[in-house]
Amino acid sequence: MVFIPHTPDEKQSMLDALGLQTEDQLFHMIPAQLQNPAIEFPPALTELEISEVMNDAAANNPASQCVSFLGGGAYAHFIPQAVSAIISRGDFSTAYTPYQPEVSQGTLQAIFEFQTMISRLTGMDACNAGVYDGASALAEGALMACRAVRKDVVLVSSSVNPHYRRVLQTYLDGPGIEVIEVPAADGATDVNALKEALSDKVAAFFVQYPNYYGVVEPLEDIAAALQDSKALLGVSANPHALGVLKTPGALGADIVTGDLQPLGISLSYGGPYAGYVACTEKYIRQLPGRLVGQTKDEDGKTGYVLTLQTREQHIRRAKATSNICTNQALCALAATVYLALMGPKGLRDAATLSVKKAHALQQALCEIEGVSLEYSQPFFHEFALRLPVPARQFIEAAKQRGLLPGIAIQDDAKLLLVCATELTKTSDIDLYKTILTEALQPTVA
Amino acid sequence: MPLDAFEPTLFELSSENEGRSWLPQDDGAELDALLPTQCLNADMPSLPIVAELDVVRHFTKLSRRNFCIESGFYPLGSCTMKYNPKICDSLASLPGFANLHPQADADMAQGTLGLMDDISDFLEQLSGMDKVTTNPCAGAHGEFCGMLLVRAYHRDQGSDRDTVLVPDSAHGTNPATAAMVGYKTLEVKSNAEGCVDLDDLKSKLNDNVAALMLTNPNTLGLFEKDILEIAKVVHDAGALLYYDGANLNAIAGVARPGDMGFDVVHINLHKTFSTPHGGGGPGAGPVGVKSHLVPYLPIPLIENNGGKYALNYESKKSIGQLSTFFGNTGIVLRAYVYMRMHGAGGIRQNSVHAVLNARYLKYKLKDLIPAEIDADNMHEFVLTLKDKKRFGDFNAMAFAKNLIDRGYHAPTVYFPLIVKEALMIEPTETESKRTLDEFAAVVADIMAEAKADPEKALHAPYTTPVRKLDEVTAARQPVLTQPCLE
Ligand SMILES: Cc1ncc(COP(=O)(O)O)c(C=O)c1O
Repeated sequence: MVFIPHTPDEKQSMLDALGLQTEDQLFHMIPAQLQNPAIEFPPALTELEISEVMNDAAANNPASQCVSFLGGGAYAHFIPQAVSAIISRGDFSTAYTPYQPEVSQGTLQAIFEFQTMISRLTGMDACNAGVYDGASALAEGALMACRAVRKDVVLVSSSVNPHYRRVLQTYLDGPGIEVIEVPAADGATDVNALKEALSDKVAAFFVQYPNYYGVVEPLEDIAAALQDSKALLGVSANPHALGVLKTPGALGADIVTGDLQPLGISLSYGGPYAGYVACTEKYIRQLPGRLVGQTKDEDGKTGYVLTLQTREQHIRRAKATSNICTNQALCALAATVYLALMGPKGLRDAATLSVKKAHALQQALCEIEGVSLEYSQPFFHEFALRLPVPARQFIEAAKQRGLLPGIAIQDDAKLLLVCATELTKTSDIDLYKTILTEALQPTVA
Repeated sequence: MPLDAFEPTLFELSSENEGRSWLPQDDGAELDALLPTQCLNADMPSLPIVAELDVVRHFTKLSRRNFCIESGFYPLGSCTMKYNPKICDSLASLPGFANLHPQADADMAQGTLGLMDDISDFLEQLSGMDKVTTNPCAGAHGEFCGMLLVRAYHRDQGSDRDTVLVPDSAHGTNPATAAMVGYKTLEVKSNAEGCVDLDDLKSKLNDNVAALMLTNPNTLGLFEKDILEIAKVVHDAGALLYYDGANLNAIAGVARPGDMGFDVVHINLHKTFSTPHGGGGPGAGPVGVKSHLVPYLPIPLIENNGGKYALNYESKKSIGQLSTFFGNTGIVLRAYVYMRMHGAGGIRQNSVHAVLNARYLKYKLKDLIPAEIDADNMHEFVLTLKDKKRFGDFNAMAFAKNLIDRGYHAPTVYFPLIVKEALMIEPTETESKRTLDEFAAVVADIMAEAKADPEKALHAPYTTPVRKLDEVTAARQPVLTQPCLE
């Protein structure tokens, strides 16, 4: 009875009104043998007790307190305090999908502003109201491309985040779409290999920007390689990086997807995050998920509604563009508030500082003998570092000292994926260098 | 509820100001010394420039143009808008959880992994399933996972069954999901009692049917009392039974889908175990399976080796990975807090009161608006305004807008699709008797007014900051982004 308001008298009078003697009679239609299952559960806790349980568990996550250089699809960035203050307002957090637009203008207008900001950042004409995360956004983008051009082969660069590629495979396996990986050379898409992989069956090529190794892919060359084919160019872009990088739209992308986590959303061990799918005008009706449109009310006042709903599951059912119902609206709102607070200068500063810190870190580490930068490509805030020892071995040694030095890259045991952001301090870089130097020193007998 | 007047967009509020500096200035190398200029955008990102106070005011004003569970009664059927305890939010946001990177080694994240494993156990108990994964990010994402499991199972048996049966009363996500997974869908009719028509079901079951997707209680709020027979005929045909657990909140702690014969279930944590709905999410949609489907569960799996937790990506028959990392961990933690505060008994009491409230409210409304089906409902019920003789042109949408004028959120309208002029009402267990009585009185008032002045009633709402919006033009000439301002 933790949050139930009824007094015993009220409950009794309600049962009386229904002509029932006991609450069990409410369930008379459930076959008797199905009722009263034995459920083993720990006893209920008070707010005070559960707080203790959760505080203990939180303290049992030492990674949350380490000096961290982890990236690989989730990034620790500065988040202005006002973001959480705004998204935790009950008026936003305890409303649902804006089915009744007259009493949901707040959510609707915020989504419209979100759609506008992401469209502009990516250089696209439209953006949906969000999907689950960056990986599912890429997968939905690929499904969308196949619908749009009625073909069933998707090419993906092997420099795309391996988690994203796995999710892409899971999603495209359903409708029987073939996924073919295009190899990378020196950490970026091999444009010649891409040209060879093209055929008239290919719906789209998907690449990540910056890619899994932090490399800023040559989108212009890739777009040029696709020019003579009918294949669309799909780009999974880190929106934070778009604070300084050329927009994928300006470089020829047709569909841009990505994860909004770097825009004001906390790490939270992988979620909730939110993904976005944006596109050029031509493909708007193929966008998965919700869209908000601006319109007028009966009196001519500007207002907002969910629109183009005939693409959606509640109307088109088996023929819908996606099955998305509950999405990640509050996370998309967090990204909107973040972008509004940071503004063009704030986002640019954060992205610029991320680049600078990552490069300073890379230079410092490559001064150590035997340590080198793996790829000779421009990188944003992440890079692949070659170590003279297995990466796992170094990770184990470093974490004993409160440092999470990066992610072991699967392709090669000696490669480490290292990330810095505007939050990285000079003292963190010094600490990393010290620990790596010591880890590589031959033990003195 | 006072809803604020017009608020310009952020772009309209933008000034020519330079904007605020959020980060310490840095005297290091110039950007173009680190990245080739052809990579760099010469222009600033195209975002509005608005001072912090004005941003805060803007979003505060927008928020006040929203109806939410904390401002009033929100009987939106199937969406389960109940109270979300504040403590769930605050504990899930402790820095030890919020700052935990998903790529951190498992041995450095034992606190969170342990809770995720615990909640899987609880959900196994409550659903009567053998194994639960918390990876799916929402109900529909859980359906997607579940149908992939169904397909992987059949393929492993050497069968290429290509059809999924879906009742005509089902939520739209069910057929959409089946199609996404590559299945043909076939509708099963409902009978006069609002339940699955067994004869129609039997006539459609054959060697090509992979599964039946079922919500129980169904979307009419009715318990499928023939569920054991349904399970039998489905299994006899070699098909699997899928449980859409969006409505588990009616029976949690009372009965279990696993005992009814379901092979795979998804559970909408955001409905039964309370998480803020956030204007449309996030939620979480854990999936539970019986033992024969365990080998196909998505990766990564959490392994518990005597209280030491690890993430396993090496599952040979797995359907693969569903999201970048492990789903909506933060939402799973909220549900964990909620479940621990209730215990099994408390969860059962929630179901009892959800059903009691719905049954009572339907009883209070019975002389005003007829129910589609005259049977004892569970946590929600569906009324209909289709009787033209009685209601004239006063339809479900008009009813919804009149309720809005009285300070209530509307019920779900025009769903399920099989009911004409449907009003689907779900009060939830956290509403008091007094709220329900007041609501019933307001409905009586609306119905009387609609009769007295039909023209006026048809043009509601009158009190909201915007009135009825032109959805037709919005769809014909979509304006999806702010046009550039000159
Ligand atoms: C009956 C039913 N099934 C499935 C879903 C889908 O769940 P979600 O919105 O979390 O994707 C819903 C929710 O709206 C529902 O009511």
